[in-house]
Amino acid sequence: MLEPFLLRALAAGVGVAVVAAPLGCIVVWRRLAYFGETIAQASLLGIAAGLALQTDLTVAVLVTACAVASLLIALGRQRLIPMDSLLGLLHHVALAGGIVATALLKGPAVDLVGYLFGDILSVTTGDLWWVYGGGAVVLAVLANLWRPLVRLSVHTDLAQAEGVPAERIRMAFIFLLAVAIALSMKIVGALLAIAFLIIPAIAARPLSTTPEQMALISSVIAAGSVGAGLWLSVLGDVPSGPAIVLVMAAMAGGSMIKSAYDQSKS
Amino acid sequence: MNAKGHDHAACGHVHHHETVPAVRPDATTLLSARNLGVVKSGRTLLSGIDLTLNPAEIVTLIGPNGAGKTTLVRALLGLEASVTGTIERRRGLVVGYVPQRFHVDQTMPLDVTRFLTLGQTISPAEVEATLQDVGAARVRHSQVANLSGGELQRVILARALLRKPDLLVLDEPARGVDHLGEADLYALISRLRDERGFGVLLVSHDLHIVMASADRVICINGHVCCSGRPDAVAGHPEYARLFGTDAARAFAVYTHHHDHDHDIAGAPVVKPVLLTTDRV
Repeated sequence: MLEPFLLRALAAGVGVAVVAAPLGCIVVWRRLAYFGETIAQASLLGIAAGLALQTDLTVAVLVTACAVASLLIALGRQRLIPMDSLLGLLHHVALAGGIVATALLKGPAVDLVGYLFGDILSVTTGDLWWVYGGGAVVLAVLANLWRPLVRLSVHTDLAQAEGVPAERIRMAFIFLLAVAIALSMKIVGALLAIAFLIIPAIAARPLSTTPEQMALISSVIAAGSVGAGLWLSVLGDVPSGPAIVLVMAAMAGGSMIKSAYDQSKS
Repeated sequence: MNAKGHDHAACGHVHHHETVPAVRPDATTLLSARNLGVVKSGRTLLSGIDLTLNPAEIVTLIGPNGAGKTTLVRALLGLEASVTGTIERRRGLVVGYVPQRFHVDQTMPLDVTRFLTLGQTISPAEVEATLQDVGAARVRHSQVANLSGGELQRVILARALLRKPDLLVLDEPARGVDHLGEADLYALISRLRDERGFGVLLVSHDLHIVMASADRVICINGHVCCSGRPDAVAGHPEYARLFGTDAARAFAVYTHHHDHDHDIAGAPVVKPVLLTTDRV
């Protein structure tokens, strides 16, 4: 049953999941979900640009994600509009812009569904290199930033007063997030990328007592969900990315019910 | 405290800087600010603040609500964005900070011991001893997000102390701690200052205990109104104008007795009987 394309899908999915989950913990702690969402949906613009310029799509998405990250960091300095409203607006603009841009492209119709929800079953060996090579770099940088990121997540002012360079670390993390989202785009798609980040973290929270545990458990949950979701999608002949996300959500629901049950007992 | 009802301009016209010597900060000065100002969205919150903090000295910042006490502390710590004037810190200054508001989100799994050792290497024995000192040994393995206000304050103080600070900055450290526990908290800070020689900058609006344990009091209301030894400040006309004449008197006579005391964890400790006779 395990055809090569399924093996590649599994490898890519697990790779993305294991990289995204610990990043997702920081996203949840630092309330950056909308930030991630905006970067992810803007990556459709990167696809459009890549198709128009006939460059490598992963590179085009990487550049776009980093450009959007810079824009968001700059916008974070203004005080006119609250950041969550601004991001709520921008992620729709990014999505709409991406769809219009791909529609304007000459040539064969673009497979929009594939870019929005990912196309994990069409992963190539070249994609795997991106996922694992890029993922290793992202994890290595994250490991370096982990302690200050946790301190900033616990209490930003306290960490800053104690000498943690808050602004630098924050910017570094947002670029790291942009790179991770860009690397996962082909596999999970613009709309589901943020699910891979935050759902495993939410599922892991009730099962963890330390930040590191949460990062580790969320990775395991994410990888397991990829396996189970792929299997179910083949079994039921439904799209793989959404199936994986549903399995993740079920895990999160299960862990929340378990923790509510444990609390009611004690 | 009779602070509310005094408008922001209560001590606007007369500036009394006589007790803030305009000396150059010397090598031992921990932190000094000169002509410090903070403007936020067009409002001047602080202006013309001169201030020096020295080792082994407890400086207390008092002032009515909205006087800018917390803003000043945050500016000194580099947490405020639009600051004018100059702030000089001694090279390599280690700061222990107890912020006014502290909230750890439920999404963060973190127990007290881990919180205390985040970003610093500290032996379990030291953690234990410091938690004993601040009266929070019970919560050693509790999740930080589940602590009560008083417990959280003690735990944050423990973290600040474990950093082996040169300067301890406490913004209303006794919030959520009951009144007698508060006296013990200040006694502890005072004792550790004697032992370790760190400087202390303390914000409070409880005048009684604070005035009694400070070496120097700075009274601010957007600017420095008056400063100096606690008794000098308490007798200062600006002080009486800001806090009312009752406050000045209350400071002088904070001597009434209770028939029992509380240890720092809040547990009652019965005093010897003879003290109960002189209750008012």
